[in-house]
Amino acid sequence: MDAITIHQGTTIPLMNNNIDTDQIIPKQFLKNILKIGYGKHLFHDWRYLDDGTPNPDFILNAPERQQATILISGDNFGCGSSREHAAWALKDWGFKIIIAGSYSDIFFMNCTKNGLLPIILPQAARQHLAKLAPDQVITVDLPQQKVSCPDQTYFFKIDATWKNKFIQGIDDIDLTLQHAQEINDFEQNIPTFN
Amino acid sequence: MGKTLFDKLWEKHVISGPAGQPQLIYVDLHLVHEVTSPQAFEGLRINHRQVRRPDKTFATMDHNVPTKDIFNIQDQISRKQIETLQQNCQEFGIRLADMGNADQGIVHVIGPQLGLTQPGQVVVCGDSHTATHGAFGSIAFGIGTSEVEHVLATQTIWQLKPKTMGIHLHGQLQPGVAAKDIIMALIAQNGVDFGTGYAVEFFGDTLQQLSMENRMTICNMAIEGGAKMGMMRPDQITFDYLRGRKYAPQNMAKAIEYWQQFYTDDVSDYDRVIDFDVSQLAPYVSWGTNPAMAVPVTGKLPEITDMNIQRAYNYMDLSPASKATEIPIQWIFIGSCTNGRLADIKEAAKVLKGKKIAPNVTAWIVPGSRAVKNAAEKLGLDKIFKDAGCEWRDPGCSACLAMNPDKVPAGIHCASTTNRNFEGRQGKDARTHLASPAMVAAAAIYGHFIDIRQKEAI
Repeated sequence: MDAITIHQGTTIPLMNNNIDTDQIIPKQFLKNILKIGYGKHLFHDWRYLDDGTPNPDFILNAPERQQATILISGDNFGCGSSREHAAWALKDWGFKIIIAGSYSDIFFMNCTKNGLLPIILPQAARQHLAKLAPDQVITVDLPQQKVSCPDQTYFFKIDATWKNKFIQGIDDIDLTLQHAQEINDFEQNIPTFN
Repeated sequence: MGKTLFDKLWEKHVISGPAGQPQLIYVDLHLVHEVTSPQAFEGLRINHRQVRRPDKTFATMDHNVPTKDIFNIQDQISRKQIETLQQNCQEFGIRLADMGNADQGIVHVIGPQLGLTQPGQVVVCGDSHTATHGAFGSIAFGIGTSEVEHVLATQTIWQLKPKTMGIHLHGQLQPGVAAKDIIMALIAQNGVDFGTGYAVEFFGDTLQQLSMENRMTICNMAIEGGAKMGMMRPDQITFDYLRGRKYAPQNMAKAIEYWQQFYTDDVSDYDRVIDFDVSQLAPYVSWGTNPAMAVPVTGKLPEITDMNIQRAYNYMDLSPASKATEIPIQWIFIGSCTNGRLADIKEAAKVLKGKKIAPNVTAWIVPGSRAVKNAAEKLGLDKIFKDAGCEWRDPGCSACLAMNPDKVPAGIHCASTTNRNFEGRQGKDARTHLASPAMVAAAAIYGHFIDIRQKEAI
C-alpha cells in the first residue's frame, strides 16, 4: 500500500450528499477480475454522455482539473454497495485524498486498505475549499492532521491506528499473522454442537 | 451497567487489541460470491498464502447469473468471473453451490436457508447486504475485497467496535403492512446515514409477529440507514427456523443453550434508542434516488428544499406534491436478498392470484434461490404468476443491481421489492420505486401503487 504523509495537490469539488458507490463505479465495470483499470470508468454515468463522449458539464472532465488529487464532497460519501472497486477507481483516476462530511463505514474501511485517505471536515471548511481555483494547491499534512490552503488551516481527527497505517503503508495480513498463536488459541475454544 | 446483544457477541470474538482501538475479531462464517472475490484470491496466490479455514467458507455465484437460460452466459467478462470463482474454489478447497446446484442462490438467501448462518456468529461477506444474517442474533456485515482476502488468509478481521443503537419496534402491524414498510419508514424518518458508526439491534414485541424471513428483510436494509450491522435477539422463532437445516447443529439442544446467552440486558445499555410504534404504519413507497426518499402510499411527494432533492426529481421525472399513487408504473421486479424468499413470493402470489397485470406492465419474478423456486413451484405459485402475465425466472440477484442481462430500460418506472433506488441501479436512467412484495404485485395490476390495506377493493 502507498504511504501518505504530506501531500500537496489540487482539488475537485463534487458537493452532493450521499454519493453512493453505484455512482462512483457502476456495476457493469465490476466484472473484471483485476484491481486496476477502473479510473476510466469513475463516475461513468455522470461523466459520459449517452454516445460515450465526455460530458463537458461534469467537473471531472474539466481540462484544468485533470491533475487534481483531492476530492471534496458532501456527507455520507461512499454509501451503498461494499464494492472496493469504488476505492480502486478513485485511486486509479489519480485521487489520493477525499475530504467529505462523513463516510459510510464500509467505504471508509476500503479506503484504509488502499492508501486513499478519507478526511472529515465540517461543511464550512469544505465549502471554502470547494471554491478554490482549479490550480490552487493545498497541503494535507497527515502527521499534523491538518489541511492548509493559502488563507486557512483546518485540523481533522483520525483514529490513531488508521493514521499509522496510512503513514507506514502497512500490509494488514502480515500484521495479523503476527497474532497467529492467539488465533490458534482462540480456535481451540470455539464451542461445537455436534 | 449491563451489556447489549452486540456487546456480548463482540466480546466472544475478540482475539486481540485493546478496547477503543481496532480489535482483531474472529470470523465464524465467510460467504463468498463471484464479484468481490477474484482479486482476493489473486492476492493469496501472489503471496503464497492458503485459505486458513475452508470449512468456515462457503461460496456461490449470484450477481452475474442469468435468470433465463442460466448456463448460457453471453457476456464473456461475466462468464470469466464465474469461471474464476469455480477455479478458485477448487484450488483452495472451498465448498461451492455452483451454477444449477440445488443449493445455489443469492448468498444472503442460501446462508440462512442452509443453516450456515447461526446465532452467536460473526458472519462476513464481500457484500453490503450481509447485515441480513444479523436477524439470527449474529454480528454480520459487509466487507471490501481487501478484507475478503484478509479473512481468507487469517479467518479474522480488524474492526473498531461501533456504538450500539436499539430500535424499539412495538405494536401490531395492520394487515397488508409488511416488514419492508417498517425498515423503509425508519429510513425515511431518520435518513440514510442515521446508523453510520452504529451496530443496530431491533427489539420489541413487534418481532414476535415476524417470521425469520420478515426479520431478515429488516436487518437486510439496516445498511440503507447507514448501519453495516443490523441484528435481533435469537429466540424460539429463530431456533425453530434452523432446526433440521442442512448445516444446522446436530445437537440443537446444546446449541440453543449456548445461543440463549445472547440478549441485551437492559434498554439503558444502548448508546442510542429509537422508539417506533408500527401500529399506525402505512405501506411505504420510495419516490427518489435514495432509500430515505420515501413516503407513505397515502402521502404526497415532498417539497424541494435542497439540491439533492431537486436532483432526485430531475432524475425521476416526478414533481412535488403529486400523490404517491400517481406515480406511473410500467415495470415490476419481485426478488432480491431483501424480498426474494418464499414468504415474499407467497405474499406477491396472494395478490396476483386470479388477476392479470396491466397490459403496459412488464413483470419479472425472480426467486432468491433454487430452493425457493422449487418450493414455490411445489405450491403452484409459478402458475399464478404466469397466468397473471408475469415472467417466472431462475434465481439470482438479477434486476436488483442489473449486473446480469436483467435491466430495466431507461426512463421506465419500476416498482421493486429491492433495497436501493440509486440512479442507474436497475439500469441506466431506470427509475426505481422500492416497496413491499404485496405492494409491488398490486402495482403490476393497476399500473400504479395502491394502498394494499384496501386490497378487498381489488
